[in-house]
Amino acid sequence: MKSYFGAIWAIVRKDVMLELRTKDFVVSVVVFSLLVIVIFSFAIEPTPQVVARVAPGVLWTAFVFGGVLGLTRSFALERDGGNLRGLLLAPAPRDAVYVGKMLASFLFMMLVELLVFPAFVVIFDLPLLHPALILVAVLATLGISAVGTLFSAMAVNTRAREVMLPLLFLPVVIPVVIAAVEASAAALGGADSGEVLRWIPLLAAYDAVFLVACAFAFHFVVEE
Amino acid sequence: MRSYGSPDTTHCAVEAAGITKSFGRSEVLRGLDLTIDWGEAVAVLGPNGSGKSTLIRLIAGLSKPDSGDIRVLGLDPARHGEMVRRAVGVMTHEPLLYDDLTGYENLEFAGRMFRIDRREERIEAVAGRLGVHARLHQRVGSLSHGLRKRFSIARALLHKPRVLLMDEPESGLDGRALAILEDVLTGHAASGGAVLFTTHDLDWAAGRANRIAIVGAGRVSNVFSGGDRAAARKVYGAHVKGPH
Repeated sequence: MKSYFGAIWAIVRKDVMLELRTKDFVVSVVVFSLLVIVIFSFAIEPTPQVVARVAPGVLWTAFVFGGVLGLTRSFALERDGGNLRGLLLAPAPRDAVYVGKMLASFLFMMLVELLVFPAFVVIFDLPLLHPALILVAVLATLGISAVGTLFSAMAVNTRAREVMLPLLFLPVVIPVVIAAVEASAAALGGADSGEVLRWIPLLAAYDAVFLVACAFAFHFVVEE
Repeated sequence: MRSYGSPDTTHCAVEAAGITKSFGRSEVLRGLDLTIDWGEAVAVLGPNGSGKSTLIRLIAGLSKPDSGDIRVLGLDPARHGEMVRRAVGVMTHEPLLYDDLTGYENLEFAGRMFRIDRREERIEAVAGRLGVHARLHQRVGSLSHGLRKRFSIARALLHKPRVLLMDEPESGLDGRALAILEDVLTGHAASGGAVLFTTHDLDWAAGRANRIAIVGAGRVSNVFSGGDRAAARKVYGAHVKGPH
C-alpha cells in the first residue's frame, strides 16, 4: 500500500515540478479557455436573459476543450524520451501510474478553473461564486480528468493524437458536461443549494464508475 | 532500499524458451531460446529488426510473448511484474529521462518510484561512478547525447538491480564513457549479477561478454563464448549480409 501511494505521490510531484518549470499545461489551457469565453461574449447578445441561459454552457465548453489541450500535453510529455516506458518499468502497479497522472491533471485543471472563473464572472457580469458550485466543479473536473487521462494514454501513440483524443473523449464526458452546466446554471441563476446539489449524485456516480473502470483499463492501454 | 540478498541461484537469472512475438503480420521472434546465468554477461547480436529490443522488452515485462515461457529469477514477468521490475535495471534506446528536469531530479524521481531509501546518497554514488557528478544539477535537455546516455545508465543502476538489460548501450559514447560502461557491465557480472546487452559491434561485445548469442530469423541461431570471436564473426557476418 505504501508503495502504491508512494508511486502516486512521486508522479504528481514530478508533474508539478515539470509544470512549474515549463508552465505548458496551465498557461495554454488558461489562455485557450479565456479566448473561448471572450469570443462567446462577443458572439452573443449579452442581455441578462441570454447570459443566464448560455453562460454556463460557455464556461464548461471552455473548460472541456481546454482540458483536451492540457491532457494531450500531459501524455506527450511521457512519450518524449520514452518516459511512459520509464514509468512502466518501475515496480509500481499500473493503476498507481494512472492515478498519479490523473491527479496531476486534476490539480492543473482545478488551478485553471480557479484562474478563469473570476474572468468569466466579470465578462458576463454574473453573481459571485455560489458555494455549492465548488463541489460541482471538483466532481466534474475529477470526471473529466479520469476519462481524459485514459484516453490521452490511448491516443498518445497514434499518429493523429490531437484529433483522436477529442474524438474518444468528448462523447464520453457528455454526462459530466450536462450535469456541470445544469448545476452551474442553477447556481448562477440564484437557485438555492438544493437545486444545485441535485446534480451531485450523478457526478459522484460517474466519477466512481469511471475512476475504477479507467484505472483497470489503463493496464491494457499501456501494454506494448 | 529493500535488500535482495545474494542472487537466487536455484533459478537462472533469465530463461526464455520458445518465445514468439508478432506485431501485426510481422513475426519478430519465432521460437527464441536463451538462458542467462548468474555472474554472466551475454551479448545479443543480430541485424536490424531481428528482435533484440523486443527481447529486452519481453524480459522487462513491458510486453507479453504470444507464446513461450519467460522467467526472470524464476518468475513470470507477466504475472509477477512488480517483483521482476524491481530486480531488473533497463536501459533502452530512449533515455527515459525528462528533458526539463535536471539529472538529479530525474534520478530522484526514479528513486522514489523504486522506493529507494537514502536516495541522495545513492544518487551521489551512482553519479560518481558514471562520471556525471558535475552535471547533476544541469537540465537533461541541455546535455550532450553521451552525457544523457550516462544518466540513462545511472537510472538503470540506481536501484541496484540484479539483472541488467541494456539495448545498444555503447552507441554514441566516447572513449571515457565506454570505459565506464565496460566497468559497469563486467563489474555487474563479476559481482554475481546477470547482464544482457544488445549491440551491433561484435569486437566490442567479445571483450565484455562471457557469451555471444547471434539472433537471426527470430531465434538464437548460434551461441559462442566471448573469446570465440572469429567463429562468431563468420556467423554474424552471414546474418547481416543475408536476406531478412
